[in-house]
Amino acid sequence: MSGFMGNGSTGNGFAGFVLRRAVGVLVTLLAISVIIYVVFYVTPGNVAQITCGPRCSPAQVQQVADQLRLDDPLYVRYWHFLEGLVAGQDYSTGTAVQHCPAPCLGLSYQSDQQVTELILTKLPVSLSLVFGSMVMWLILGVGTGVLSAWRRGRLSERVLTGVTLVGVATPVFVIGLVLMIVVCGELELLPFPQYVNLTDDPEQWAWNLLLPWLSLALIEAAAFARLTRSSMLETLAEDHIRTFRAYGVGERSVIGRHALRGAFAPVIALNANNVGSAVGGAVLTETLFGLPGIGRELVHAVDVVDLPVVVGMVLVVGFFVVIANALADVLYAVADRRVVLA
Amino acid sequence: MSDVLIASQAPGGTDLSVPPGASGARQFWRRLRAQRAALVAAGVVALLVLVALAAPLLTAIEGQDPTTYHPDLIDSARGGVPIGSFGGISGEHWLGVEPQTGRDLFARLVYGARVSLGVALAATVVQIVIGVVVGVAAALGTRWVDQLLSRFTDIIVAMPLMIMSLALLAIVPSSFPRPVLVAGVIGLIAWGNIAKIVRAQTLTLKGLDYVSAARLSGWGTWRIARRELLPGLAAPVITYAAILIPQNITVEAALSFLGVGMKPPTPSWGQMLTAADVWYQAAPQYLLLPAGALFVTVLALTVLGDGVRTALDPRAASRLRVGTGRRREAKVASVTAAASVTTATSAVSATSVASVTGASGASGESGESGGAAQGGAS
Repeated sequence: MSGFMGNGSTGNGFAGFVLRRAVGVLVTLLAISVIIYVVFYVTPGNVAQITCGPRCSPAQVQQVADQLRLDDPLYVRYWHFLEGLVAGQDYSTGTAVQHCPAPCLGLSYQSDQQVTELILTKLPVSLSLVFGSMVMWLILGVGTGVLSAWRRGRLSERVLTGVTLVGVATPVFVIGLVLMIVVCGELELLPFPQYVNLTDDPEQWAWNLLLPWLSLALIEAAAFARLTRSSMLETLAEDHIRTFRAYGVGERSVIGRHALRGAFAPVIALNANNVGSAVGGAVLTETLFGLPGIGRELVHAVDVVDLPVVVGMVLVVGFFVVIANALADVLYAVADRRVVLA
Repeated sequence: MSDVLIASQAPGGTDLSVPPGASGARQFWRRLRAQRAALVAAGVVALLVLVALAAPLLTAIEGQDPTTYHPDLIDSARGGVPIGSFGGISGEHWLGVEPQTGRDLFARLVYGARVSLGVALAATVVQIVIGVVVGVAAALGTRWVDQLLSRFTDIIVAMPLMIMSLALLAIVPSSFPRPVLVAGVIGLIAWGNIAKIVRAQTLTLKGLDYVSAARLSGWGTWRIARRELLPGLAAPVITYAAILIPQNITVEAALSFLGVGMKPPTPSWGQMLTAADVWYQAAPQYLLLPAGALFVTVLALTVLGDGVRTALDPRAASRLRVGTGRRREAKVASVTAAASVTTATSAVSATSVASVTGASGASGESGESGGAAQGGAS
């Protein structure tokens, strides 16, 4: 990258490119927040009634509505929301006034807990799951792809292709369910997963997350294997590879260094694109294995129509997805400078 | 998951631009038939559709329905385990009964196929309609319209489907018909990639001579879009739809698995799996049947989707040596195609689907290389 930046004229273009992407990220996030806020608070259902419970009297429902400021116009409420996000906010919860420091995502309708706090307590679990799994799916997926491109036309390639197809076609909760029943229930190789903090006991943390990681990774890895294989085959068919071979470069080097380079950019792009689907997979994995992460909390919040929690979590997830995509764009530009000019 | 593959394919340009017109359709079938795996998958899909359509008939033959409780068939003393071996399989209940409720599993499974396929198909239709309208409008509209629609599409693409649909399903009152709602929500969230593809393809088509000819002869934008552009969009749209359907099936099953998709008593494969893990020892088929049905359906649709993509992508087809051995035919086609393009520019009224098909189909067959990441095609 240093050589890239050292090239004066394009270096400027690159900085500009990164800046444009950063502004783009901000605009996208703001737009997402508006859309989500509008969609979620122009609900057909009566939020006050749902929050209060079915046995509330009309007076009680009105009290809840006042407390939640449900009668304010939507833009006023959105403005308050943004204000809280940037500067923090004070909430009166009946008896006491609670200060919610920035970035404040509001208070849970159900428990009066601050949404930001709630998310922060759940985030380590989800991050452990997704990032651990990402390491696994990259190794598994790219490894399988390289192997099947290398062994093209042999029996081992056909077997690998079949296995990845099965991976593509199996929903994550089915694989997770089967893994859990076989490994934990029947063979008793592992105990049923229970989340342990990384800081408390790293070894137990890894052991307990092994199955959830594997379930999520197997599904995602299949897509990477297919992509790696096809981009490598495409590179292998190019002229410069033939030149390398003619110069007597060994097959291992051709595959491992030159052909693999061709798969680099598409794999980055797919990885960023997959953050969204992996988060969806994480919701299922967390629910299935009972891991106390964002996903499970979201399912719970959806069950009890706890809108601030739902909105906050969707925003946080959207934030990660948008950041991941922007990072991938920048990485892509580093890998291939033609992108910057485009 | 495979969004990016197609998304990266589209800007590459013309490699998907074979509109299945009269001869295009025939060529498509020929190439699809040449792939054995895709044929088998098509057979499985056809069977599944048949089962879904004939669900009432099949359950009538069995003499059961999916919602009746059979408390006499479960052992409440043992926590609701079905009475009899293998989860209560008998002549009356072909696949046994559900633990705790005693509902007939066969009936729930075949009605589940209806829900699964129906919702996925409806969602795909919604996605395609929105995607095509937005994509074509962006490509044909003024710069501002394009900017606005494209930015909006980017935002839609950035929204994680599972999370958004999970959240959206929470806020709609439960009185709303659930299958329509689930299909609508999936359709309304996940149309971004198809809009991007359609926009890119429309921009490519817009620059072609026959479209310019139509414009020069005074056709309105609407008429050009309908008569000249839509046929050219068929191939990429069909290809992407073939990827979307299995994806939508998985999403519906996942949402139902989480308890926010289909609500009881509507049978759904995902929902059946929610409760099944507790019962896997007493009634293994309660777990295996919906899991297997889901697996087979998604697998068959994925393989079929791969086949459709190969059949519609001339370069992939020739790489896989599918439907080759027609070089002479291709050469002839390219000559006639060139001729018909000339005709098209001079006599606009003759610019029919057929000539377009010949033109781009042949240019594809003659095998030009280039185009950026044409990833994951095989």
